[in-house]
Amino acid sequence: MKAAAFNYEKVNTIQEALRLLELHNGNAKLIAGGQSLLPSLNMRLSNPEILVDLQGVSELKGISEANGVIRIGAMTTHTEIQNSELIQNKLPLLSKAVPHIAHRAIRNLGTWGGSCVYGDPAAEWPACAVALDGVMVLTGPKGTRKVAAKDFFLDLYTTALEENEILVATEFTLKASEKNYFEELSRRHGDYAVTGLVSQIELKESLITDCRFVFFSVASTPLIAMGMKDLILNKNLSDLANPALIEQAQNIVRVEIKTLPDLTNSAQMKTHLVGVLISRALHNLAK
Amino acid sequence: MQTTSITMTLNGQKIQAEVEPRQHLVDFLREDQELTGSHLGCEQGACGACTVKLDGKIVRGCLVLAVQANGSTVETIEGITASGEYKDLQEAFLKFNALQCGFCTSGMLMAAVELIQTYKTATREEIREWISGNYCRCTGYHAIVDAISYVMEQRQQANK
Repeated sequence: MKAAAFNYEKVNTIQEALRLLELHNGNAKLIAGGQSLLPSLNMRLSNPEILVDLQGVSELKGISEANGVIRIGAMTTHTEIQNSELIQNKLPLLSKAVPHIAHRAIRNLGTWGGSCVYGDPAAEWPACAVALDGVMVLTGPKGTRKVAAKDFFLDLYTTALEENEILVATEFTLKASEKNYFEELSRRHGDYAVTGLVSQIELKESLITDCRFVFFSVASTPLIAMGMKDLILNKNLSDLANPALIEQAQNIVRVEIKTLPDLTNSAQMKTHLVGVLISRALHNLAK
Repeated sequence: MQTTSITMTLNGQKIQAEVEPRQHLVDFLREDQELTGSHLGCEQGACGACTVKLDGKIVRGCLVLAVQANGSTVETIEGITASGEYKDLQEAFLKFNALQCGFCTSGMLMAAVELIQTYKTATREEIREWISGNYCRCTGYHAIVDAISYVMEQRQQANK
């Protein structure tokens, strides 16, 4: 189908974008990479008065490191994250997740920020942001504020971003010693995940000092399996391969993670897969 | 509704045009520029038949607006063919029967071109992963992988 008519303006600064959002009072839509917005315009699921293109806003682009914090600008593309040596060295979890995001042609345009503010429960970046305890930097007419990623994803396609706000970047505080694992089950490479799990553990030598297991494509938002913390905290890395512990973990996550069905997969199947993924994750982390 | 004046370098030629903001890049190429080599399958980013190059990178032509390509360089299968730089790839598609109805072919070729430019070698699995964004509804994937794999090997040997 073809999109309904709209106006278009390309801006060069965040201030210009904010001014247009305010001027059009809810009828303007920001366009980042457009890889989710264009399909929704083409299918006429969205009909903004005007698109405000952020492609020219250089302050929203790029990946940088300062004082132990990595900052990913909202307009950084998936391919840029994939090619970034800084990310490969400092946030390897993201490098592992990138190949699962759609396909090359889409990764060349789609952005970190676009994916986060869209809040698709099947998307990889929101789950990674939560697992890595990222901080979303938002700016709006009332100034700049920061929201923890775990408090940012509120519901299906719904985030803490206010109507006239823009996501500027996400910041990650680097951990001294960590280990991670990413796995997603999908019907075809690059398709939406049927169920996915992002695992991140922090270590003091081989002792587990903190952890986060975040399931995605199971409910309306990424879900943290809180019960895993009680189970594995202060345990040794090699204990994770213990069959009795893995069985306990499966029971914990299958109860705690309240799954919802999608168009092709039942909630029961997702609950089953939640257990499959935690088992694989623990096996791999223990290695 | 407003129209916007855009300029772009299209297959090496500087062009100027008036477009409606809602017009996506492949409609602009097919309808206004009469370059019908890029195909439209789904218009929602699923099929990959519309793959073109925007500033040197493959993109879904249906998921980019013509106005967004203002000031950019756009390359289509017509440009790739005219350059002759991928004649070996096109011939390999024929040799290995890597096209049946041909609808997906231009998109497949565009994706394969970026693969060849990005990596010197690729396993069959890597090739499959790379073209996973392009549907062939004749399901002739095996032959397509054969053709791309063959060209990458030939080019490797030629460079030795």
